Amino acid sequence: MQFFIDNFPLLRDAFLTTLSMSLLAGLLALVLGTVLAAFRVSPITPLRGLSTFYVETFRNTPLTVVFFFIIFGLPQIDFAVGFFTGSVLAVGLYTAAFVCEAVRSGINAVNPGQAEASRAIGLTFGQSLREVVLPQAFRTVVPPLGNVWIAMVKNTSIAAGFAVSELTASLQRLSNANAGELLLVLLAVVIGYMLITLTSAYGISRMERRVAILR
Amino acid sequence: MRITRYAAAFAALGVVLAGCSSEAGDTVEDAADAPVEVEENVDFEAGTTMAELAEAGTMTVGTKFDQPGFGLRTPAGTPEGFDVEVAKIIAAELGIAPEDITWTETVSANREAFIEEGRVDMVVATYTINDDRKQRIDFAGPYYEAGQDIMVAEGNPLGIQGPEDLAGKNVCSVEGSTPAEEIRTNYPEAQLTLFDVYSKCADALANGQVDAVTTDNVILTGLVAGSPDQFDLVGNPFTEEPYGIGIPKGDDEFRAFINDTLEQAYESGAWAEAWDSTAGAISGTEAPEPPAVDRY
Amino acid sequence: MTTPVLFDLPGPKARKRIRIGTVIGALIVLAIIAFVLVRLAGNDQLDPQRWAVLFDPNSGVPQALGEALVRTLQVALVGMVFATVLGLFLAVGRLSDHRAVRIAATTLIEFFRAIPLLVVIFSLYFVLPSFGIRLSAYAALTGGLILYNMAVLAEIFRAGILSVAAGQREAAFGLGLRKSQVMTLVLLPQAVRRMLPVLIAQLVVLLKDSSLGFIIGYFELLRQARSLVEFFVPRFGNQYTFQLYVAAGLIYIIVNVLLSQLAKLAERRTSSDRRMTGTKGVGLPDETVPLDAATPGPDRTP
Repeated sequence: MQFFIDNFPLLRDAFLTTLSMSLLAGLLALVLGTVLAAFRVSPITPLRGLSTFYVETFRNTPLTVVFFFIIFGLPQIDFAVGFFTGSVLAVGLYTAAFVCEAVRSGINAVNPGQAEASRAIGLTFGQSLREVVLPQAFRTVVPPLGNVWIAMVKNTSIAAGFAVSELTASLQRLSNANAGELLLVLLAVVIGYMLITLTSAYGISRMERRVAILR
Repeated sequence: MRITRYAAAFAALGVVLAGCSSEAGDTVEDAADAPVEVEENVDFEAGTTMAELAEAGTMTVGTKFDQPGFGLRTPAGTPEGFDVEVAKIIAAELGIAPEDITWTETVSANREAFIEEGRVDMVVATYTINDDRKQRIDFAGPYYEAGQDIMVAEGNPLGIQGPEDLAGKNVCSVEGSTPAEEIRTNYPEAQLTLFDVYSKCADALANGQVDAVTTDNVILTGLVAGSPDQFDLVGNPFTEEPYGIGIPKGDDEFRAFINDTLEQAYESGAWAEAWDSTAGAISGTEAPEPPAVDRY
Repeated sequence: MTTPVLFDLPGPKARKRIRIGTVIGALIVLAIIAFVLVRLAGNDQLDPQRWAVLFDPNSGVPQALGEALVRTLQVALVGMVFATVLGLFLAVGRLSDHRAVRIAATTLIEFFRAIPLLVVIFSLYFVLPSFGIRLSAYAALTGGLILYNMAVLAEIFRAGILSVAAGQREAAFGLGLRKSQVMTLVLLPQAVRRMLPVLIAQLVVLLKDSSLGFIIGYFELLRQARSLVEFFVPRFGNQYTFQLYVAAGLIYIIVNVLLSQLAKLAERRTSSDRRMTGTKGVGLPDETVPLDAATPGPDRTP
């Protein structure tokens, strides 16, 4: 118990860092991913190509490599970023590709009749996407998006290798300083992650039931 | 098949580029490799660590893989550097040839654990002797005396002269290392950025993401030597870091044996030779006076 | 491919607008590429000599990267095989009629899905030794990949088993088959065949995740690239840093894109397989987590 009391501030800060990193990156990924998905179904070929290229690149690159490029590669084109900002960017940009895929599959799952009907009443591409298709798509993609979110929370752990003092970094630091209490350290960190992932999973399944559309 | 076409284009680019030679390819062979004389007839008292190792004919040594001049992994996979040479000298006294040594990477954060668990027979890895660590393991040596120093961007734009000037500055070091601990306890006003290896610190300093890098001067010398137009060494060591060889706690015979071997190497000049071919070659410094071993 | 249900077949005016949009879009994309190239050239990153090191056998770089790629593939493949087998057992366990088995399997799956892979790998390497179990970096990395992915794959398999039309199960029971026979003779063969593309896609994930070996010092592709950087920096400064990381990134992308293509091919083959008519579609997993098993993902081809 003494161990937890002694290290509470450190663990709390680490937990909050993980949480804020997740929230910021999640927001970035959601916005960018949706835009990319819209690009992907748009009539303009270069936008479709750009979006496809983006998704394929990020989906096939390890997140660790993305981190390297954002933190140590961007300065090569004269954009140096801080470690926290860089980590949020790396996780957010990477996750956007998965959000895009999830949203796109949601768009595809919307009954084509809906899109046809919205066109028939004279809506433009942007309008039918905004007013008719996306709202329905988001409901079907709650479960996959929820999974992407949980995966993303866990992926923030990679920031430990890039000087962000989040939960996994505190595991590294404390396990070295408290070799005798290795298990306690691990327990604390695992609880920290579960606090986010398990509550999210619960929240997602609640939301899923509320927004589900019967077809 | 589009992919085949890309692959072909990529391969063609490779062939073109292979045509022009790289600076690295032209100069890489002159990597240092001082010959070590391996003891032929070794005889140790049965039951000692020395006898076991000599009998086995191999040993596992933990060293750094990312420290220029001390322990640095070559593209071929084996490490090179002063620590590596010192380990070879000790192994040779046991009748073990350099090629029979298994090298394991030990980073700052796992050295004690590796010795305790018996994953390595000894650790020669810019390993500072201190009382905390002596609780868990034993040290032979010291075989080198370093001091903590600071590396800054070229021209020292922030005018950092010593650790006191680090207050409010972003200073980079490595998790689990004594320099990081030193800053944490004695200069809490400095903002510490911690990576797992020093090369990331160097990248961060080059990019202006941190203001300074602090660790042992010999490590910094290696980093400055690589990029003299990017980094400067402050040159004002503010601690003493005696490097020892980490071995399992309580193995006094092995410790005495390593200490004997080190003193022998001091006298024969093997120690100075090892320095000249590795860390000395990188930093351009003469071999210093070897420190007296501490037989506690 | 999306059929254009979202927009009308464009008329002459719209076609013109789309053409203009296309040009502008292309210009923006080109501008971004040009901007990056100019900045890179401004920092001398495009000097051919700096790229030649990647192909120059004298520098030892191609060999080192090649060996590292083999190590990466090895970890991913070994991890994949064990994760698949264990995942199958866990999936069947989670669908078991025995409560104890069900609870055990569910706990195991949910536990490993809830914590980051990095933490699992770290624990195998640094925490297990305090229980007297010592793993090499290779074993810890592979072990971590196995534990994590078996949980992920178990969920994918469960979704696959559940996706086999209920009539198949009922018919099998109606024929008088036992529980184990229904599972092994009817459900699993259909589910597993349907899973092939998903399995290949998961291999991509494993391959990517092998780069997490950095935390325990396993010399996979990315760690090797960094090690080469560390080796060259004291001799040549930062000349090759960017190039080596780009090379590592490209190798990952090329190998993974090839694997993804293979997955797509397998998907096309299995979906046209008439023996598969008893299953509903199960989407490829998004990221490392499968689509929630209770709601088999939306079909890719509506």
